[in-house]
Amino acid sequence: MQITQYTIGLILFAAANLFANSSGFALEKIHKERSIYRNIVITEDKGIRCMRFETRRKKVSNQACINLKQPNKLVFEYVQGTLLGLAHNPAPKRVLILGLGGGTLANVIHQVSPTSEIVSVDIDPAVVKLAKAYFGYQENAQIKSEIKDARVFVKRALLQKQQFDWIILDAFNGDYIPEHLMTEEFLAECKRLLSTNGLLSANTFSTSDLYDHESVTYQKVFNQLDIFKAPTKGNRVIFACNCDNFSLTKSLSAQLNRQLTSYGLDTNVLFEAVSSIVDWDVNARVLTDEYSPANLLK
Amino acid sequence: MQKLIVILLAFSAGFSIMSFELLGGRMLAPYFGSSVYVWGSIITVFMLALSLGYLTGGKLSVNKPNLAKFACIFGIAAVAILPSIFYSEFLFELVFAWIEDPRYGSLVAATLVFLIPSVVMGMISPYSVRLLTVSTHSSGQTAGFLYFVSTLGSAIGTIMTSFYLVLWMEVSQILWFIFGILTSCAALAFTTHVLSNKNTPVFSNNSVVSE
Repeated sequence: MQITQYTIGLILFAAANLFANSSGFALEKIHKERSIYRNIVITEDKGIRCMRFETRRKKVSNQACINLKQPNKLVFEYVQGTLLGLAHNPAPKRVLILGLGGGTLANVIHQVSPTSEIVSVDIDPAVVKLAKAYFGYQENAQIKSEIKDARVFVKRALLQKQQFDWIILDAFNGDYIPEHLMTEEFLAECKRLLSTNGLLSANTFSTSDLYDHESVTYQKVFNQLDIFKAPTKGNRVIFACNCDNFSLTKSLSAQLNRQLTSYGLDTNVLFEAVSSIVDWDVNARVLTDEYSPANLLK
Repeated sequence: MQKLIVILLAFSAGFSIMSFELLGGRMLAPYFGSSVYVWGSIITVFMLALSLGYLTGGKLSVNKPNLAKFACIFGIAAVAILPSIFYSEFLFELVFAWIEDPRYGSLVAATLVFLIPSVVMGMISPYSVRLLTVSTHSSGQTAGFLYFVSTLGSAIGTIMTSFYLVLWMEVSQILWFIFGILTSCAALAFTTHVLSNKNTPVFSNNSVVSE
Protein backbone atom coordinates (compact mmCIF):
# COMPACT_ATOMS: atom_id res chain seq x y z
CA MET A 1 0.00 0.00 0.00
CA GLN A 2 2.81 2.35 1.01
CA ILE A 3 4.75 1.46 -2.14
CA THR A 4 1.71 2.34 -4.27
CA GLN A 5 1.36 5.72 -2.57
CA TYR A 6 5.05 6.36 -3.03
CA THR A 7 4.83 5.48 -6.75
CA ILE A 8 1.81 7.75 -7.24
CA GLY A 9 3.67 10.54 -5.43
CA LEU A 10 6.67 10.13 -7.73
CA ILE A 11 4.48 10.17 -10.84
CA LEU A 12 2.68 13.33 -9.69
CA PHE A 13 6.02 15.01 -8.87
CA ALA A 14 7.44 14.10 -12.29
CA ALA A 15 4.28 15.31 -14.03
CA ALA A 16 4.37 18.61 -12.13
CA ASN A 17 8.02 19.11 -13.12
CA LEU A 18 7.28 18.30 -16.75
CA PHE A 19 4.40 20.78 -16.78
CA ALA A 20 6.54 23.49 -15.17
CA ASN A 21 9.29 22.97 -17.75
CA SER A 22 6.98 22.89 -20.74
CA SER A 23 5.21 26.06 -19.71
CA GLY A 24 8.38 28.12 -19.78
CA PHE A 25 9.77 28.28 -16.26
CA ALA A 26 12.19 31.09 -17.12
CA LEU A 27 9.27 33.47 -17.58
CA GLU A 28 7.72 35.19 -14.68
CA LYS A 29 3.98 35.38 -15.05
CA ILE A 30 3.11 38.54 -13.23
CA HIS A 31 -0.59 38.62 -13.98
CA LYS A 32 -3.28 36.46 -15.51
CA GLU A 33 -6.68 37.73 -16.55
CA ARG A 34 -9.63 35.68 -17.73
CA SER A 35 -11.60 37.74 -20.19
CA ILE A 36 -14.78 36.61 -21.93
CA TYR A 37 -12.73 35.98 -25.07
CA ARG A 38 -9.50 34.45 -23.81
CA ASN A 39 -6.98 34.14 -21.02
CA ILE A 40 -4.48 36.98 -21.09
CA VAL A 41 -1.13 36.61 -19.39
CA ILE A 42 1.39 39.33 -18.58
CA THR A 43 4.93 37.95 -18.47
CA GLU A 44 8.36 39.35 -17.70
CA ASP A 45 11.66 37.94 -18.87
CA LYS A 46 15.04 39.67 -18.98
CA GLY A 47 13.52 43.11 -18.65
CA ILE A 48 10.93 42.55 -21.40
CA ARG A 49 7.28 42.66 -20.35
CA CYS A 50 4.80 41.06 -22.73
CA MET A 51 1.08 40.52 -23.10
CA ARG A 52 0.20 37.15 -24.56
CA PHE A 53 -3.00 35.32 -25.25
CA GLU A 54 -2.83 31.91 -23.64
CA THR A 55 -3.18 29.00 -26.04
CA ARG A 56 -2.38 25.31 -25.93
CA ARG A 57 0.00 25.71 -28.84
CA LYS A 58 3.70 25.60 -28.18
CA LYS A 59 4.39 28.60 -30.37
CA VAL A 60 3.92 31.67 -28.24
CA SER A 61 2.35 34.71 -29.79
CA ASN A 62 2.97 37.89 -27.85
CA GLN A 63 0.45 40.64 -28.48
CA ALA A 64 2.56 43.44 -27.08
CA CYS A 65 5.95 43.83 -25.43
CA ILE A 66 7.82 46.68 -23.79
CA ASN A 67 11.42 47.01 -22.76
CA LEU A 68 11.25 47.94 -19.08
CA LYS A 69 14.82 49.22 -18.97
CA GLN A 70 14.46 51.29 -22.13
CA PRO A 71 10.73 51.94 -22.48
CA ASN A 72 11.30 54.04 -25.60
CA LYS A 73 12.87 51.17 -27.56
CA LEU A 74 10.22 49.39 -29.59
CA VAL A 75 10.49 45.64 -29.23
CA PHE A 76 8.48 44.47 -32.24
CA GLU A 77 9.73 44.89 -35.79
CA TYR A 78 6.19 45.17 -37.10
CA VAL A 79 5.50 48.12 -34.79
CA GLN A 80 8.62 49.79 -36.17
CA GLY A 81 7.49 48.95 -39.71
CA THR A 82 4.01 50.33 -39.07
CA LEU A 83 5.49 53.67 -37.97
CA LEU A 84 6.93 54.08 -41.48
CA GLY A 85 3.37 55.12 -42.30
CA LEU A 86 4.34 58.50 -40.83
CA ALA A 87 6.39 59.01 -44.00
CA HIS A 88 3.09 59.22 -45.89
CA ASN A 89 1.65 61.79 -43.53
CA PRO A 90 3.78 62.93 -40.56
CA ALA A 91 0.84 64.61 -38.81
CA PRO A 92 -2.40 62.74 -39.46
CA LYS A 93 -5.38 64.56 -37.99
CA ARG A 94 -7.30 61.44 -37.06
CA VAL A 95 -5.85 57.96 -36.52
CA LEU A 96 -7.89 54.80 -36.01
CA ILE A 97 -6.20 51.79 -34.43
CA LEU A 98 -8.22 48.57 -34.73
CA GLY A 99 -6.81 46.17 -32.13
CA LEU A 100 -5.14 47.87 -29.20
CA GLY A 101 -2.69 45.30 -27.82
CA GLY A 102 -0.50 47.10 -25.30
CA GLY A 103 -1.29 50.51 -26.77
CA THR A 104 2.32 51.02 -27.91
CA LEU A 105 1.37 52.40 -31.32
CA ALA A 106 -1.11 54.86 -29.80
CA ASN A 107 1.51 56.07 -27.33
CA VAL A 108 4.27 56.52 -29.90
CA ILE A 109 2.05 58.21 -32.50
CA HIS A 110 0.79 60.58 -29.80
CA GLN A 111 4.35 61.47 -28.81
CA VAL A 112 5.46 61.97 -32.41
CA SER A 113 2.34 63.83 -33.49
CA PRO A 114 0.70 65.31 -30.35
CA THR A 115 -2.08 67.03 -32.31
CA SER A 116 -3.37 63.79 -33.81
CA GLU A 117 -6.66 62.49 -32.47
CA ILE A 118 -6.19 58.76 -31.90
CA VAL A 119 -9.09 56.34 -31.49
CA SER A 120 -8.19 52.82 -30.39
CA VAL A 121 -10.79 50.08 -30.77
CA ASP A 122 -10.61 46.68 -29.11
CA ILE A 123 -13.26 44.04 -28.65
CA ASP A 124 -11.91 42.96 -25.27
CA PRO A 125 -12.24 45.30 -22.25
CA ALA A 126 -9.59 43.25 -20.42
CA VAL A 127 -6.99 44.14 -23.07
CA VAL A 128 -7.63 47.86 -22.58
CA LYS A 129 -7.44 47.46 -18.80
CA LEU A 130 -4.13 45.58 -18.95
CA ALA A 131 -2.66 47.99 -21.54
CA LYS A 132 -3.28 50.79 -19.04
CA ALA A 133 -2.02 48.82 -16.03
CA TYR A 134 1.13 47.24 -17.51
CA PHE A 135 2.08 49.03 -20.74
CA GLY A 136 1.67 52.70 -19.94
CA TYR A 137 -1.29 53.21 -22.26
CA GLN A 138 -3.03 56.41 -21.25
CA GLU A 139 -6.20 58.01 -22.46
CA ASN A 140 -6.35 61.79 -22.66
CA ALA A 141 -8.04 64.49 -24.70
CA GLN A 142 -6.30 63.17 -27.85
CA ILE A 143 -6.33 59.42 -27.16
CA LYS A 144 -9.62 57.58 -26.73
CA SER A 145 -10.54 53.92 -26.52
CA GLU A 146 -13.71 52.18 -27.62
CA ILE A 147 -14.69 48.66 -26.61
CA LYS A 148 -16.24 47.41 -29.82
CA ASP A 149 -15.89 44.92 -32.59
CA ALA A 150 -13.76 46.66 -35.24
CA ARG A 151 -16.25 45.92 -38.02
CA VAL A 152 -19.11 47.41 -36.02
CA PHE A 153 -17.04 50.50 -35.23
CA VAL A 154 -16.13 51.04 -38.89
CA LYS A 155 -19.72 50.58 -40.09
CA ARG A 156 -21.06 52.95 -37.44
CA ALA A 157 -18.33 55.52 -38.15
CA LEU A 158 -19.31 55.43 -41.84
CA LEU A 159 -22.95 56.11 -40.94
CA GLN A 160 -21.74 59.06 -38.84
CA LYS A 161 -19.68 60.23 -41.84
CA GLN A 162 -16.44 60.17 -39.86
CA GLN A 163 -13.11 60.15 -41.67
CA PHE A 164 -9.63 59.06 -40.67
CA ASP A 165 -6.27 59.90 -42.20
CA TRP A 166 -4.64 56.69 -41.03
CA ILE A 167 -6.26 53.38 -40.18
CA ILE A 168 -4.02 50.82 -38.50
CA LEU A 169 -5.41 47.30 -38.58
CA ASP A 170 -3.77 45.22 -35.88
CA ALA A 171 -6.48 42.74 -34.94
CA PHE A 172 -4.87 39.49 -36.05
CA ASN A 173 -2.89 37.08 -33.96
CA GLY A 174 -1.47 33.80 -35.16
CA ASP A 175 -3.99 31.72 -33.27
CA TYR A 176 -7.31 33.06 -34.48
CA ILE A 177 -8.23 35.46 -37.25
CA PRO A 178 -11.46 37.46 -36.99
CA GLU A 179 -12.67 36.40 -40.43
CA HIS A 180 -15.05 39.32 -40.92
CA LEU A 181 -12.01 41.65 -40.71
CA MET A 182 -10.27 40.07 -43.67
CA THR A 183 -12.85 40.44 -46.42
CA GLU A 184 -13.17 42.57 -49.51
CA GLU A 185 -16.29 44.26 -48.08
CA PHE A 186 -14.55 45.18 -44.81
CA LEU A 187 -11.53 46.63 -46.59
CA ALA A 188 -13.84 48.57 -48.90
CA GLU A 189 -15.53 49.99 -45.80
CA CYS A 190 -12.13 50.96 -44.38
CA LYS A 191 -11.25 52.62 -47.69
CA ARG A 192 -14.49 54.64 -47.57
CA LEU A 193 -13.62 55.69 -44.02
CA LEU A 194 -10.24 57.03 -45.15
CA SER A 195 -9.91 60.66 -46.10
CA THR A 196 -8.56 61.42 -49.57
CA ASN A 197 -4.96 60.24 -49.62
CA GLY A 198 -5.57 58.49 -46.28
CA LEU A 199 -3.39 55.49 -45.42
CA LEU A 200 -4.27 51.99 -44.26
CA SER A 201 -1.64 49.79 -42.67
CA ALA A 202 -2.38 46.23 -41.67
CA ASN A 203 -0.17 44.07 -39.50
CA THR A 204 -0.50 40.54 -40.74
CA PHE A 205 1.41 37.36 -41.58
CA SER A 206 3.94 36.63 -44.29
CA THR A 207 4.30 32.89 -43.87
CA SER A 208 0.78 31.55 -43.69
CA ASP A 209 -1.06 29.63 -46.42
CA LEU A 210 -3.52 32.49 -46.29
CA TYR A 211 -0.91 34.79 -47.84
CA ASP A 212 -2.19 34.57 -51.42
CA HIS A 213 -5.87 34.95 -50.52
CA GLU A 214 -5.21 37.88 -48.20
CA SER A 215 -2.92 39.64 -50.66
CA VAL A 216 -5.33 39.44 -53.60
CA THR A 217 -8.14 40.71 -51.36
CA TYR A 218 -6.16 43.83 -50.40
CA GLN A 219 -5.05 44.25 -54.00
CA LYS A 220 -8.60 44.07 -55.30
CA VAL A 221 -9.74 46.89 -52.98
CA PHE A 222 -6.67 49.14 -53.02
CA ASN A 223 -4.99 48.15 -56.29
CA GLN A 224 -1.45 49.25 -55.35
CA LEU A 225 0.18 47.89 -52.17
CA ASP A 226 3.51 48.48 -50.50
CA ILE A 227 4.56 45.78 -48.09
CA PHE A 228 6.99 45.87 -45.21
CA LYS A 229 8.31 42.42 -44.38
CA ALA A 230 9.81 42.14 -40.91
CA PRO A 231 13.39 40.96 -41.50
CA THR A 232 13.49 38.35 -38.74
CA LYS A 233 9.86 37.57 -37.85
CA GLY A 234 6.99 36.21 -39.89
CA ASN A 235 5.11 39.50 -39.89
CA ARG A 236 4.39 41.91 -42.67
CA VAL A 237 2.71 45.28 -42.73
CA ILE A 238 0.57 46.01 -45.78
CA PHE A 239 0.39 49.69 -46.71
CA ALA A 240 -2.43 50.87 -48.95
CA CYS A 241 -3.86 54.25 -49.75
CA ASN A 242 -7.13 55.88 -50.70
CA CYS A 243 -5.41 57.51 -53.66
CA ASP A 244 -4.18 56.79 -57.17
CA ASN A 245 -0.67 55.50 -57.93
CA PHE A 246 0.32 54.86 -54.34
CA SER A 247 3.90 54.29 -53.32
CA LEU A 248 5.04 54.77 -49.74
CA THR A 249 7.39 57.74 -49.61
CA LYS A 250 10.76 56.41 -48.53
CA SER A 251 12.06 59.54 -46.91
CA LEU A 252 11.37 61.38 -43.70
CA SER A 253 12.01 64.89 -42.52
CA ALA A 254 15.17 65.18 -40.45
CA GLN A 255 13.11 65.97 -37.36
CA LEU A 256 10.82 62.95 -37.76
CA ASN A 257 13.80 60.75 -38.48
CA ARG A 258 15.43 61.94 -35.24
CA GLN A 259 12.25 61.25 -33.32
CA LEU A 260 11.88 57.75 -34.71
CA THR A 261 15.56 57.00 -34.14
CA SER A 262 14.96 57.71 -30.45
CA TYR A 263 12.53 54.75 -30.46
CA GLY A 264 15.27 52.48 -31.77
CA LEU A 265 14.20 52.63 -35.43
CA ASP A 266 16.81 52.51 -38.16
CA THR A 267 14.57 53.95 -40.84
CA ASN A 268 17.03 53.26 -43.67
CA VAL A 269 17.06 49.56 -42.87
CA LEU A 270 13.29 49.53 -42.37
CA PHE A 271 12.59 51.28 -45.69
CA GLU A 272 14.76 48.68 -47.43
CA ALA A 273 12.31 46.04 -46.20
CA VAL A 274 9.43 47.79 -48.01
CA SER A 275 8.60 46.55 -51.47
CA SER A 276 5.79 46.71 -54.00
CA ILE A 277 6.70 43.37 -55.59
CA VAL A 278 3.70 41.13 -56.21
CA ASP A 279 4.96 37.78 -54.91
CA TRP A 280 1.59 36.08 -54.45
CA ASP A 281 -0.66 34.05 -56.68
CA VAL A 282 -2.86 36.71 -58.28
CA ASN A 283 -5.39 34.01 -59.23
CA ALA A 284 -6.05 33.07 -55.60
CA ARG A 285 -9.63 33.39 -54.45
CA VAL A 286 -10.57 36.77 -52.97
CA LEU A 287 -11.98 36.62 -49.42
CA THR A 288 -15.48 38.07 -49.12
CA ASP A 289 -18.26 38.17 -46.54
CA GLU A 290 -19.74 35.25 -48.48
CA TYR A 291 -16.48 33.30 -48.55
CA SER A 292 -14.15 33.92 -45.65
CA PRO A 293 -12.78 30.68 -44.19
CA ALA A 294 -9.56 32.46 -43.17
CA ASN A 295 -8.95 30.21 -40.17
CA LEU A 296 -9.31 27.09 -42.29
CA LEU A 297 -7.05 28.42 -45.04
CA LYS A 298 -4.17 29.57 -42.83
CA MET B 1 -39.80 1.55 -45.43
CA GLN B 2 -41.94 4.47 -44.23
CA LYS B 3 -40.24 4.26 -40.86
CA LEU B 4 -36.83 4.51 -42.48
CA ILE B 5 -37.91 7.55 -44.48
CA VAL B 6 -39.26 9.36 -41.40
CA ILE B 7 -35.92 8.68 -39.66
CA LEU B 8 -34.00 10.04 -42.67
CA LEU B 9 -36.20 13.14 -42.73
CA ALA B 10 -35.70 13.78 -38.99
CA PHE B 11 -31.95 13.43 -39.51
CA SER B 12 -32.02 15.92 -42.40
CA ALA B 13 -34.03 18.42 -40.36
CA GLY B 14 -31.49 18.18 -37.52
CA PHE B 15 -28.67 18.69 -40.03
CA SER B 16 -30.37 21.69 -41.65
CA ILE B 17 -31.19 23.58 -38.47
CA MET B 18 -27.65 23.50 -37.08
CA SER B 19 -26.12 24.31 -40.43
CA PHE B 20 -28.50 27.28 -40.62
CA GLU B 21 -27.59 28.36 -37.07
CA LEU B 22 -23.86 28.32 -37.82
CA LEU B 23 -24.40 30.37 -40.96
CA GLY B 24 -26.32 32.83 -38.78
CA GLY B 25 -23.05 33.77 -37.07
CA ARG B 26 -21.40 34.31 -40.45
CA MET B 27 -24.26 36.43 -41.73
CA LEU B 28 -24.47 38.68 -38.67
CA ALA B 29 -20.70 39.22 -38.24
CA PRO B 30 -20.31 41.96 -40.90
CA TYR B 31 -23.03 44.01 -39.19
CA PHE B 32 -22.81 43.19 -35.50
CA GLY B 33 -19.35 41.65 -35.14
CA SER B 34 -18.41 38.30 -33.69
CA SER B 35 -18.58 39.29 -30.05
CA VAL B 36 -19.90 36.85 -27.48
CA TYR B 37 -23.28 38.62 -27.41
CA VAL B 38 -23.81 38.04 -31.13
CA TRP B 39 -23.58 34.31 -30.55
CA GLY B 40 -25.73 34.82 -27.46
CA SER B 41 -28.42 36.41 -29.66
CA ILE B 42 -28.25 33.64 -32.25
CA ILE B 43 -28.47 30.83 -29.72
CA THR B 44 -31.31 32.58 -27.87
CA VAL B 45 -33.33 32.98 -31.06
CA PHE B 46 -32.77 29.40 -32.19
CA MET B 47 -33.60 27.95 -28.76
CA LEU B 48 -36.73 30.07 -28.55
CA ALA B 49 -37.68 29.07 -32.08
CA LEU B 50 -37.16 25.37 -31.36
CA SER B 51 -39.24 25.55 -28.18
CA LEU B 52 -42.10 27.17 -30.12
CA GLY B 53 -41.62 24.69 -32.95
CA TYR B 54 -41.80 21.69 -30.59
CA LEU B 55 -44.99 23.07 -29.09
CA THR B 56 -46.64 23.75 -32.44
CA GLY B 57 -45.43 20.52 -34.06
CA GLY B 58 -46.79 18.54 -31.11
CA LYS B 59 -50.17 20.24 -31.40
CA LEU B 60 -50.30 19.65 -35.15
CA SER B 61 -49.44 15.98 -34.79
CA VAL B 62 -52.67 15.35 -32.91
CA ASN B 63 -54.84 16.05 -35.91
CA LYS B 64 -54.71 13.08 -38.32
CA PRO B 65 -50.94 13.01 -38.87
CA ASN B 66 -49.70 11.77 -42.22
CA LEU B 67 -46.70 12.08 -44.51
CA ALA B 68 -48.41 14.60 -46.80
CA LYS B 69 -48.77 17.06 -43.92
CA PHE B 70 -45.20 16.21 -42.88
CA ALA B 71 -44.12 17.10 -46.42
CA CYS B 72 -45.90 20.44 -46.06
CA ILE B 73 -43.86 21.29 -42.94
CA PHE B 74 -40.63 20.67 -44.89
CA GLY B 75 -41.96 22.70 -47.82
CA ILE B 76 -42.87 25.64 -45.59
CA ALA B 77 -39.46 25.43 -43.87
CA ALA B 78 -37.75 25.59 -47.26
CA VAL B 79 -39.79 28.62 -48.33
CA ALA B 80 -39.18 30.27 -44.93
CA ILE B 81 -35.41 30.09 -45.57
CA LEU B 82 -35.68 32.10 -48.80
CA PRO B 83 -35.91 35.56 -47.13
CA SER B 84 -32.57 34.86 -45.41
CA ILE B 85 -31.06 34.47 -48.89
CA PHE B 86 -32.70 37.46 -50.55
CA TYR B 87 -33.45 40.01 -47.83
CA SER B 88 -31.09 39.37 -44.90
CA GLU B 89 -28.58 42.06 -45.91
CA PHE B 90 -31.34 44.63 -46.35
CA LEU B 91 -32.84 43.74 -42.97
CA PHE B 92 -29.47 43.75 -41.21
CA GLU B 93 -28.63 47.17 -42.70
CA LEU B 94 -31.98 48.47 -41.50
CA VAL B 95 -31.58 47.13 -37.95
CA PHE B 96 -27.95 48.34 -37.80
CA ALA B 97 -29.03 51.88 -38.66
CA TRP B 98 -31.98 51.71 -36.27
CA ILE B 99 -30.43 50.11 -33.16
CA GLU B 100 -27.01 51.29 -32.06
CA ASP B 101 -26.39 48.75 -29.30
CA PRO B 102 -25.02 45.64 -31.07
CA ARG B 103 -26.50 43.37 -28.39
CA TYR B 104 -30.09 44.33 -29.10
CA GLY B 105 -29.31 44.98 -32.75
CA SER B 106 -28.08 41.42 -33.23
CA LEU B 107 -31.00 40.04 -31.21
CA VAL B 108 -33.59 41.88 -33.32
CA ALA B 109 -31.78 41.06 -36.58
CA ALA B 110 -31.51 37.37 -35.66
CA THR B 111 -35.19 37.31 -34.71
CA LEU B 112 -36.26 38.85 -38.02
CA VAL B 113 -34.26 36.50 -40.21
CA PHE B 114 -33.89 33.23 -38.30
CA LEU B 115 -36.92 32.85 -36.03
CA ILE B 116 -39.64 31.76 -38.46
CA PRO B 117 -37.67 29.14 -40.43
CA SER B 118 -36.34 27.71 -37.17
CA VAL B 119 -39.82 27.49 -35.64
CA VAL B 120 -40.99 25.51 -38.68
CA MET B 121 -37.94 23.24 -38.58
CA GLY B 122 -38.56 22.72 -34.84
CA MET B 123 -42.01 21.30 -35.67
CA ILE B 124 -40.45 18.34 -37.45
CA SER B 125 -39.18 16.43 -34.39
CA PRO B 126 -42.47 16.02 -32.46
CA TYR B 127 -44.30 15.30 -35.71
CA SER B 128 -41.74 12.58 -36.55
CA VAL B 129 -42.30 11.06 -33.10
CA ARG B 130 -46.03 10.93 -33.75
CA LEU B 131 -45.59 9.32 -37.17
CA LEU B 132 -43.42 6.57 -35.72
CA THR B 133 -45.28 5.93 -32.48
CA VAL B 134 -47.29 2.74 -32.60
CA SER B 135 -48.20 2.32 -28.97
CA THR B 136 -48.19 4.14 -25.66
CA HIS B 137 -45.87 1.47 -24.33
CA SER B 138 -43.13 2.20 -26.88
CA SER B 139 -43.69 5.95 -27.21
CA GLY B 140 -40.77 6.85 -24.93
CA GLN B 141 -38.44 4.59 -26.83
CA THR B 142 -39.61 6.06 -30.15
CA ALA B 143 -39.15 9.62 -28.90
CA GLY B 144 -35.70 8.75 -27.55
CA PHE B 145 -34.67 7.19 -30.85
CA LEU B 146 -35.96 10.21 -32.83
CA TYR B 147 -34.07 12.64 -30.57
CA PHE B 148 -30.98 10.49 -31.12
CA VAL B 149 -31.36 10.61 -34.90
CA SER B 150 -32.18 14.32 -35.19
CA THR B 151 -29.49 15.38 -32.70
CA LEU B 152 -26.97 13.21 -34.55
CA GLY B 153 -28.05 15.06 -37.70
CA SER B 154 -27.49 18.35 -35.87
CA ALA B 155 -23.99 17.27 -34.80
CA ILE B 156 -23.08 16.29 -38.35
CA GLY B 157 -24.66 19.51 -39.71
CA THR B 158 -22.54 21.51 -37.30
CA ILE B 159 -19.24 19.84 -38.10
CA MET B 160 -19.85 19.66 -41.86
CA THR B 161 -20.75 23.35 -42.07
CA SER B 162 -17.98 24.67 -39.85
CA PHE B 163 -15.21 22.37 -41.12
CA TYR B 164 -16.00 21.90 -44.79
CA LEU B 165 -19.02 23.63 -46.31
CA VAL B 166 -17.72 27.15 -45.56
CA LEU B 167 -14.49 26.13 -47.30
CA TRP B 168 -16.25 24.73 -50.36
CA MET B 169 -19.11 27.16 -50.81
CA GLU B 170 -20.26 30.71 -50.23
CA VAL B 171 -22.78 31.44 -47.49
CA SER B 172 -25.63 31.94 -49.98
CA GLN B 173 -24.75 28.69 -51.73
CA ILE B 174 -24.91 26.82 -48.42
CA LEU B 175 -28.31 28.42 -47.74
CA TRP B 176 -29.46 27.17 -51.16
CA PHE B 177 -28.04 23.77 -50.24
CA ILE B 178 -30.19 23.73 -47.07
CA PHE B 179 -33.15 24.86 -49.18
CA GLY B 180 -32.42 21.93 -51.51
CA ILE B 181 -32.29 19.46 -48.61
CA LEU B 182 -35.61 20.67 -47.20
CA THR B 183 -37.29 20.68 -50.61
CA SER B 184 -36.01 17.16 -51.34
CA CYS B 185 -37.32 16.03 -47.95
CA ALA B 186 -40.73 17.50 -48.78
CA ALA B 187 -40.73 15.73 -52.15
CA LEU B 188 -39.64 12.43 -50.58
CA ALA B 189 -42.29 12.61 -47.86
CA PHE B 190 -45.01 13.48 -50.37
CA THR B 191 -43.96 10.76 -52.83
CA THR B 192 -43.90 8.17 -50.05
CA HIS B 193 -47.38 9.30 -49.01
CA VAL B 194 -48.72 8.94 -52.54
CA LEU B 195 -47.01 5.60 -53.16
CA SER B 196 -48.16 4.05 -49.93
CA ASN B 197 -51.61 5.32 -50.90
CA LYS B 198 -52.76 5.20 -47.36
CA ASN B 199 -52.34 7.29 -44.27
CA THR B 200 -50.02 6.33 -41.48
CA PRO B 201 -51.86 4.80 -38.55
CA VAL B 202 -53.79 7.35 -36.58
CA PHE B 203 -54.06 6.79 -32.89
CA SER B 204 -56.31 8.17 -30.30
CA ASN B 205 -55.20 11.38 -28.64
CA ASN B 206 -54.13 9.74 -25.42
CA SER B 207 -51.54 7.46 -27.01
CA VAL B 208 -49.07 10.06 -28.14
CA VAL B 209 -46.49 12.08 -26.38
CA SER B 210 -47.40 15.60 -27.17
CA GLU B 211 -50.88 16.14 -25.82
